[in-house]
Amino acid sequence: MQKKYLTWGMMIILMLVIALIVVLYSLSTGELRIPLLKIPGILMHGEGGVEYTILHNIRLPRIVFGMAIGGALSLAGVILQGVYRNPLVEPYTLGISGGAAVGVALSIVFGIHLTHLINILPVSGFVGALTTTFLVYVLSLKQGKLLIHKMILTGVMISFIASSFMMFLLATTKAEDLHSIIFWIMGSLDETNSGLIYLSVVVSVVCLIASYLFIQPLNALRLGEEKARHLGINTDVAIKLLFLISSVLTGLCVSVAGIIGFVGLIIPQLVRLIIGNDFRILLIISFITGGAFLVFCDTIARTIISPNELPIGVITGIIGGSVFVVVLTRTKSISKLAG
Amino acid sequence: MPDFFEIQNLTAGYGHDFHIRNISFNIPKGSFTGIIGPNGSGKTTLFKSVTCELISKTGSILLHGKDVRKMAFKEKAQNLAIVTQDIETAYIPVQEYVLMGRIPYHHRFQFFETKQDLEIVQNFMELTGIAHLKDKYLNHLSGGEQQLANIAKALAQEPELLLLDEPTSHLDITHQVQVLNLVQRLNEQLGLTVLMVVHDLNLASEYCDQLIMLKNGRIHIKGSPEEVLTYDHIEQVYNTLVVTKVNPVSGRPFVFLVSEKVIRQMKQ
Repeated sequence: MQKKYLTWGMMIILMLVIALIVVLYSLSTGELRIPLLKIPGILMHGEGGVEYTILHNIRLPRIVFGMAIGGALSLAGVILQGVYRNPLVEPYTLGISGGAAVGVALSIVFGIHLTHLINILPVSGFVGALTTTFLVYVLSLKQGKLLIHKMILTGVMISFIASSFMMFLLATTKAEDLHSIIFWIMGSLDETNSGLIYLSVVVSVVCLIASYLFIQPLNALRLGEEKARHLGINTDVAIKLLFLISSVLTGLCVSVAGIIGFVGLIIPQLVRLIIGNDFRILLIISFITGGAFLVFCDTIARTIISPNELPIGVITGIIGGSVFVVVLTRTKSISKLAG
Repeated sequence: MPDFFEIQNLTAGYGHDFHIRNISFNIPKGSFTGIIGPNGSGKTTLFKSVTCELISKTGSILLHGKDVRKMAFKEKAQNLAIVTQDIETAYIPVQEYVLMGRIPYHHRFQFFETKQDLEIVQNFMELTGIAHLKDKYLNHLSGGEQQLANIAKALAQEPELLLLDEPTSHLDITHQVQVLNLVQRLNEQLGLTVLMVVHDLNLASEYCDQLIMLKNGRIHIKGSPEEVLTYDHIEQVYNTLVVTKVNPVSGRPFVFLVSEKVIRQMKQ
């Protein structure tokens, strides 16, 4: 048993080191290459210089933002996969992304974003996410109990409704609006508002800490709801609160960064394949891995066709998907994913 | 002094249907009680009411005079441990699985298992004979070994009452007997009180010292195996012709089935 905790400690250190390497790589890479060894010096003393401005005002905030969003998506994914005992569930399964997209599209179509209210797109995205989450929640309640199987189906249906509605909006929209809608849907870490970046960091870290209050329910739920109850877990309350945490995480990510796919699906599965299913280690490792992965993908997305940027979803899908397939074919037992 | 475990006037069911009506019985401490009856007679409904999976309409389920349904989740799990019949598919090493039985004793913010938890788990894995499997994954074990792990997990809850729902239904006779012998040993040596739903009348007869026979959601008869498992009662409850004899070794009743063809031939 002591050995297990030691392994966990090593795992966390290893992942932190990998994350650090990714951060350094991302700091030095871009249109302007800045050698690694010069970075500490520039950040300490180089105030006012071009390189300082690039590092401090552009790359560093973007990295911090990527860490927060990647961590949040991956954490939401691992929590939902645990609660639903279904490896195919991801943060967007329950219709949150569809709702956010409709919210954003509506505000673009009706020109609300032109009224110079600051940050109207994130707000309308969040309102859309909130609405669908609330709908899914209420439609899946029966006598005060949350029926989780019904919830998945309801969520998937609401996603379909939302995407049909999106198609309707896209089909009837002016060409100049089309571009901003599609650009938003594809997701991006190009966030200039430092307030939103701080908010994302605070919310995702608070949610990570909050999720650690549910270690016992999450671990017991690996055996299913009924058996978790037999182990003294109030599953009703635990599932509702875990749903709340993952909705806040997903709602935040979608409204500030758009729909960045794959992170919330692939990273939790990858981590589970490698370190097993104990949520005590799963939550933190998923968070760090998700953050590092997203920053890595973002660095590639913004440099590969420089000076233009690729949508980050292209890279997360290609890299995440192929890494996952490789790991999957090399793993003897995929039943690890079953809970 | 309230009784150890008592069910009074229990009526329960799904929706507005009542599957069981006015069930009352009493389980003395240290006894081994079996619930028998045909399919649809309310065995599972009764079991689920006791485990609080099903909300019962009226009546009470009292442990030491305290209603189980009003207990906090943790307190309930410290007093009642439940072993069900389904096969576990989760990818969990046996030791980790048995350790889950300690969750009811964990503090909300407790992150690590205590040394005591590990000792208790080791002890019960040895007692159930699965200590050598502790690093194997649960879904790689045979049905019999899984059921032993289920029992070990239940024991790790250190319960006062062990509830088993057809624990032998997927097992061959070797493992049926192995599992039930274990439960019997726990009953005798640890003084653990056992309430078991069981299909097989002969296993019920052999292992239980009190039987409750259900018919259409009501108790048809309760008592010792000799009192309950008679030709008359079985025919009334199961609508089946049987012959009962006494097991020459244990002295318990044994139920023989007779095929239709044989009955036809006898009539001729």
